[in-house]
Amino acid sequence: MLRWATEWTKAALLEVQEYVRLCRASINAMVTRPFYYRDLVQQFDSIGLGSLTVVILTGLFTGAVLALQSGITLDQFGARPFVGRLVSASMIKELGPVLTALMLAGRVGSGIAAELGSMVVTDQVNALRALGTDPMRKLVAPRVLAGTLMCPVLTVISDVVGIIGGWVIAVFQLRVASSLYWSSVTESLYPADPWMGLIKPFFLGFVIVSVGCHVGLRTRGGTQGVGRATTNAVVTASVGVLVVDFFITRLLITLMY
Amino acid sequence: MEPQLYDEFGTALSRQEILDATGAPVVMFDRVDLAFDEKVILRNVSFTLLKGHTKIFLGASGAGKSTILKLILGLWKPDAGVIWVNGERVDQMNERQIMHVRADLGMVFQEGALFDSLTVRENVGYKLYEEMNWPPDKVNERVEEVLGFIGLADFIDRMPSELSGGQRRRVAIARAMAAKPRILLYDEPTTGLDPITSITVDEEIVKLRDLEGVSSIVVTHQLRDAFFVACHEARLVDGHVRIEPASEQKSEEAEFIMLKDGGIIFEGPAGDLRRSTDPYLQTFLS
Repeated sequence: MLRWATEWTKAALLEVQEYVRLCRASINAMVTRPFYYRDLVQQFDSIGLGSLTVVILTGLFTGAVLALQSGITLDQFGARPFVGRLVSASMIKELGPVLTALMLAGRVGSGIAAELGSMVVTDQVNALRALGTDPMRKLVAPRVLAGTLMCPVLTVISDVVGIIGGWVIAVFQLRVASSLYWSSVTESLYPADPWMGLIKPFFLGFVIVSVGCHVGLRTRGGTQGVGRATTNAVVTASVGVLVVDFFITRLLITLMY
Repeated sequence: MEPQLYDEFGTALSRQEILDATGAPVVMFDRVDLAFDEKVILRNVSFTLLKGHTKIFLGASGAGKSTILKLILGLWKPDAGVIWVNGERVDQMNERQIMHVRADLGMVFQEGALFDSLTVRENVGYKLYEEMNWPPDKVNERVEEVLGFIGLADFIDRMPSELSGGQRRRVAIARAMAAKPRILLYDEPTTGLDPITSITVDEEIVKLRDLEGVSSIVVTHQLRDAFFVACHEARLVDGHVRIEPASEQKSEEAEFIMLKDGGIIFEGPAGDLRRSTDPYLQTFLS
């Protein structure tokens, strides 16, 4: 039992060490030459445009269901016209960033882990190194940079679409006046709220993609290993998103409110 | 400290002068050890590959053959011992420092390891356009030249998934030779191929060695292919490449190294290997 615990601790520490090394190497690769611009553009397209549909759908239905649910609760206090406040505050501060990040963890994190994992088990990563390419620069840095920058953009889109979804329900289902909805959307927000909703996705995007790259590059054991890596990447990135979200929120509240 | 060599007049030779000389040592292993936890992979391995010569590593699966190639490329580091490649100590270099050593090395991986998302043209020209910044016209010219050399010019715009196993292996050879490295490493280049396709791949190895002057290290457990590479030579006759049985001198330039449990148990030319009375070697060869 003690031996098992020791081995587990050693393995866990090794993973943390390797993850930190990957983060450091990818940041270093972002600020020093050579850069692989084509890969960067490709990743912006794959992570950003590729995730647009899922993010729009998630945002739209989250905003809609939020309006629907909060409408019932607010009715108990005769406060149905304030539904816009609830939708906007929830979407911008928390649900937009977190749900977008979770969707990205499922779509992008798993995709990266599977792609890099396949490259590892078929020796393509070693082939890259043999051809004089640093995988950190060619594979990791473009993905991490694109993920970190595209996550906030997708979050803003999700927020906007979510608020529109809330408006549809508020106007056509809850019979709240459209002008009342839109004015209440902005009324409840503190000046710092949009900033919080915008700052958090940078960290969440970084976590999702760096975890996907780390898990993918440490894939062992053939196609079965690739499957395991994909599952691990989604689980780790999703948990990571929630944990990092909590700590960043705590920090931002201390600094901004 | 680097070894210092002198010419007949006592003048110290530069690294490049040493490497340009006939029979220069291009790869040198000196008492190399490697183990993963309790498992010993290589034990006290020493050998020297001379310029234009071939070393053929034989041994059972897990004997440490492929590990030697990964150590030469600097993909792994030894626990002890010294590894020289083209006059540079690669065992002490980090990933960044070793990049320029890899510029003169080509590696053909076991299953080819072609990049799935790139065409044959992009795979073969990868190093030229991505790492050496050649202009596109020049890259295309070189890619067409090497694909013509290995007889796959018609497949230039295919994806790797559209190629047969043998074609993938030959494209991998084309990719490895595109940047004209002076050393080529082959990791089980014919494993899983039918005998006729294997001979095609073997002939490419012989052609590259004899016509392009490439020093080669071939890791295999296919005896037939190993002896083919060791006992044949390529000649250019009237503008046509001919593969013929090697002269005695040429045969001597290809040496076999037999690994067992991470150690070298035989090193010598094909004739000596065939004549060996060692029971393990006899079992392996039978």
